[in-house]
Amino acid sequence: MQRVVNKIRELIDSIGRPVRLMEVCGTHTVAIFRHGIRNLLPSGIKLLSGPGCPVCVTSIRDVETAIAISRIKGVILTTFGDMMRVPGNHKSLSEAKAEGSDIRIVYSPLDALKLAEKNRDKKIVFFATGFETTSPSVAGTIMQAGKEGIDNFYIYSVHKTVPPALRALLNSGEVKVEGFILPGHVSTIIGTRPYGFLASAYGKPSVVTGFDAGDILTGIMMLLEQIASGRAEVEIQYTKVVKEEGNPKAVAIMNEYFEPEDAVWRGLGTIPGSGLKLRENFRQRDIRSVIDLVVPEGKEPKACSCGDVLKGIKIPTDCVLFGKACTPEKPVGACMVSSEGSCAAYYKYEAISK
Amino acid sequence: MCLAIPSRVIRIKDMIATIDVYGARRDISLLLMPDEVEIGDYVLVHAGFAIQKVQEEVARESLSLIKQVLEATEEELS
Ligand code: SF4
Repeated sequence: MQRVVNKIRELIDSIGRPVRLMEVCGTHTVAIFRHGIRNLLPSGIKLLSGPGCPVCVTSIRDVETAIAISRIKGVILTTFGDMMRVPGNHKSLSEAKAEGSDIRIVYSPLDALKLAEKNRDKKIVFFATGFETTSPSVAGTIMQAGKEGIDNFYIYSVHKTVPPALRALLNSGEVKVEGFILPGHVSTIIGTRPYGFLASAYGKPSVVTGFDAGDILTGIMMLLEQIASGRAEVEIQYTKVVKEEGNPKAVAIMNEYFEPEDAVWRGLGTIPGSGLKLRENFRQRDIRSVIDLVVPEGKEPKACSCGDVLKGIKIPTDCVLFGKACTPEKPVGACMVSSEGSCAAYYKYEAISK
Repeated sequence: MCLAIPSRVIRIKDMIATIDVYGARRDISLLLMPDEVEIGDYVLVHAGFAIQKVQEEVARESLSLIKQVLEATEEELS
């Protein structure tokens, strides 16, 4: 590892100016803190967190919609645990549950399907959050529901896809990064091709990176090598797990069930083609097409800079509420809720170390 | 949320595999697996589905980190 750190020093010296890199994925944000990577890096390298925390980017309106669904008679709403405390306009799912909504935490959409099988008189709705790592599992569950003839299983899809968000970030012109540390597990599914435009159209070096200290340092070294030699390519550091073509079967199943739609990201606004909705022939599984719901536009809490944090424009400690009005116990914005959110990670690791 | 956990397959019946993670057993689906899975293989598991085969050494390396991240998540959930 020391060899890699030395190489990184040499490279940054030869580049001769500071370099800003974005780690797209929330798991990387946490891993970078856990391993103390920042302390190993020369001061010329700045790591910025990106939009890769599905919990953080779920819009207020989508949380409000999930709450509204949970209030419908005869509905059991199922969700991944980390969505429970995400604040909507007024409340979170966990507060809605305390008020009587039937909301259950599941580890897999298949657990929600089992619940549907046992409660045929109820509508079981799965709050489908997550990136490409997760959406194939939800597609697979709907496939399973079809096979087993379980017709009281529905989803509320707020799935999002990573490449369109990176494109939107770059198009906004506000984001000044020279290279991307690309997510390991999203890429396990989609491979490297969907990121091709980062290098070809925007000239940004990009490396799919693993999660241990050696992986992350090597990923950073590979990015600096590209920058130093004026190259821009999409490379894989995490070759042990990620293949160029990804997992073609998972992608095929995801595409069989879902099609792109415009989606609203918390803090980033509407990003064209960055969401996934069920295709026409599976619409009967889409709770939005079964019940009419009108949920008003959500408002971001004033003074919360979550949006700028997700864009890599600010770091959490730049936010006036950080660690004061906003803490993991009482989060104001979504970036403080998820353990993979930048604000929560900074609070846990940075604040303590100071 | 995008974390995938490497686990060892100890039994397979049709498209369902039983895996062992830290001594706990769970059934997962093999529906998304691009290649054949055999007993003793390590697979990356996310949200109840195997998504990729991995070498045993990779599984061992990543488990320690994942354990840490999971602990962080659990602290937050509790
Ligand atoms: S510290 Fe809290 S209020 Fe500030 S940006 Fe982060 S989540 Fe929003």
